[in-house]
Amino acid sequence: MIRRFACLALTAAMLMVGAPRPAKAAPIEIQFWHSMGSQLGVYLNDIVDKFNASQSDYKIVAIYKGPYDQSMAAGIAAYRAGDAPAILQVFEVGTATMMAAKQAIIPVWKVFKDAGVPFNESAFIPTIAGYYSQGNPPRLISMPFNSSTAVLYYNKDAFQKAGLDPNKPPKTWGEVATDAAKLKASGMPCGFTTGWQGWIQIEEFSAWHGLPIATENNGFDGLNTKLVFNNPTVVKHIALLQKMAKDGTFTYVGRKDEPTPKFYSGDCGILMESSGSLGDIVKYSKFKFGEGMMPYDPTVKGAPQNAIIGGASLWVLNGKSPEVYKGVAKFFNFLKSPDIAGLWSAETGYLPITKFAYANLQLKGFYNATHPETPIQQMLLHPPLPWTRGLRLGNMPQIRTVVDEELENVWSQKKTAKQALDDAVSRGDDLLRSFQAANGG
Amino acid sequence: MKRSNFGSPWLPYVLVAPQVIVTILFFLWPAGQALVQSVQAQDAFGFSTHFVGLSNFSELFHDPRYLASFRTTIVFSAWVTISGLVISLVLAATANRVGKARVFYQTLLIWPYAVPPAIAAVLWAFLFNPSLGVITYALGRFGIIWNHAINPGQAMFLVVVASVWQQISYNFVFFSAGLQGIPRSLSEAAAIDGAGPLRRFFDVVLPLLSPTTFFLLVVNVVYAFFYTFPVIDAATGGGPVQATTTLVYKIFFEGFQSFDLGKSGAQSVVLMVIVIGLTVIQFRYIERRVQYG
Repeated sequence: MIRRFACLALTAAMLMVGAPRPAKAAPIEIQFWHSMGSQLGVYLNDIVDKFNASQSDYKIVAIYKGPYDQSMAAGIAAYRAGDAPAILQVFEVGTATMMAAKQAIIPVWKVFKDAGVPFNESAFIPTIAGYYSQGNPPRLISMPFNSSTAVLYYNKDAFQKAGLDPNKPPKTWGEVATDAAKLKASGMPCGFTTGWQGWIQIEEFSAWHGLPIATENNGFDGLNTKLVFNNPTVVKHIALLQKMAKDGTFTYVGRKDEPTPKFYSGDCGILMESSGSLGDIVKYSKFKFGEGMMPYDPTVKGAPQNAIIGGASLWVLNGKSPEVYKGVAKFFNFLKSPDIAGLWSAETGYLPITKFAYANLQLKGFYNATHPETPIQQMLLHPPLPWTRGLRLGNMPQIRTVVDEELENVWSQKKTAKQALDDAVSRGDDLLRSFQAANGG
Repeated sequence: MKRSNFGSPWLPYVLVAPQVIVTILFFLWPAGQALVQSVQAQDAFGFSTHFVGLSNFSELFHDPRYLASFRTTIVFSAWVTISGLVISLVLAATANRVGKARVFYQTLLIWPYAVPPAIAAVLWAFLFNPSLGVITYALGRFGIIWNHAINPGQAMFLVVVASVWQQISYNFVFFSAGLQGIPRSLSEAAAIDGAGPLRRFFDVVLPLLSPTTFFLLVVNVVYAFFYTFPVIDAATGGGPVQATTTLVYKIFFEGFQSFDLGKSGAQSVVLMVIVIGLTVIQFRYIERRVQYG
């Protein structure tokens, strides 16, 4: 018994001290926690291996920590326990939470500066960099990595069958409604559907129409922000979708990616989804399909404006030695190089994060029918307005859920569009206030 | 009471120590943490923590959606417990009657318990998937539109089915064992007195099974309250609207999706009180009607 205890104590002591490190030449290990599952994980590991092979001073250890919400929770828990990774991938709705944790993070521009690695922030696509920048002038706080945007997919074969022009995706919401009705009349079980309703039908819709989602420039300028998406334009839009849901031309099947299979199985003729869904659609659809820009309401002046992003960025957590951060800077520099950023974009369908990567892909003649240029064109359509750079709202995961719940009340005809959006705004504002209070704003 | 003799006065303590350590580490300590957190407000990273008294609780009880989740939890737990017990009792009683094939049926019926709850939920969610589900497709043939993304009744049905399916196996094992423990002579005597099979079941077998039934009642209620979280998370995510958001799911959402540990802690405390209360009621009042052999 005593011997076993002694043995245990010894093991514990060894764990605490840390394994003895060889005197020299061993690369510095840098932990990188991410949420890139299945095929995306394969592509990511491939890039990490390339970096590790390209030099011998640092070794990036990429670890899959579950989907976005779980990896973020794991990262925060690890930080509280003093055992955080140097790099943590966080989804876009977690941005405000991370930015508010000033004591836990190192801004990415500072990581580059301290490491002495030149960092040209203007090389990034403005609508991507803007989402993760802060201050005056804005500096990048986290490293853009995998960004997507919402697009419209349509079934060309079904369009033909319904007597519609297969080369003309609906450009306006009026056209979406009439096209969906014709698709339905031609015998399709579902005309139009959408994934990520809060992100696509409210956040993207607002930016696309040059409208703010919240005051203080969508929260970019401070924590004292209030939601404003219950304005007449959005209400009119949600009311149109409500009417379509009632007519049966819009079918709601879920909050996340559930509608994608409904499209590639041939049930729905028109789908609005993340540009990152392209891979699945290419893989599973047995019909010709096309991609169009997000539809807009032509009565709104200045529409379409620009799209905003979804996806995730890489955050640097503090508490490690300067050498580790030097390695982080070198790794980030590698990630944003035109070749690697271009490769990542080409493989995954995520947006190219820098102008150089985009130009590189264009030069190589990458864009074609199976690799549409639509997503990046939407991002670059117009320079972003101060309130169409993205959004930075605390408690955003909860606000998304509130919006999901209220919109479900609309699709099931329990509330009017106006009533549901008013309720979503007032419930969301409560969440913003509690975030403000918890973060001393 | 039987008195046991141990060689050393310390031995009994050493023997119960592992259980006590596990209880302290995994039950008492987290419960204490929840109590502390429930009166605090804290940011996600834990940089600023301040005492807020009972404001987390008062906010909770002013939130109509939190109050609604009580109703959801009661409805859900009642469905899970009652249907779980009834179905497994019927299965156990019928499996007990078949001769040689009994082991075969028992094995099949116990099998689902080996499936992790999250996987079971994904399985059911696949079958009923509004876009691709096999059952959705079959129901569509009969003109029934299955879409639990928008229909609260269907969503509740789905999470109940997924939860009960697993729990039936567990209940079945105990009912089977209980049934085998009932002497055949009692049933036979009743049969000689002219009681039919149903009468024998309700007047002889069921009262003798009451300790098992009572035990399972407690276990099933606790299961429905606490352990059905993965099922709800994987099958419906608490929706549509909040139709399947139970108390325990709300705790998860508040704590691990929103990093609001104060509110999550307050909800945990409320849930703790409820379950303590329920258990006391069950042992004080329902147990009196139980006949231990």
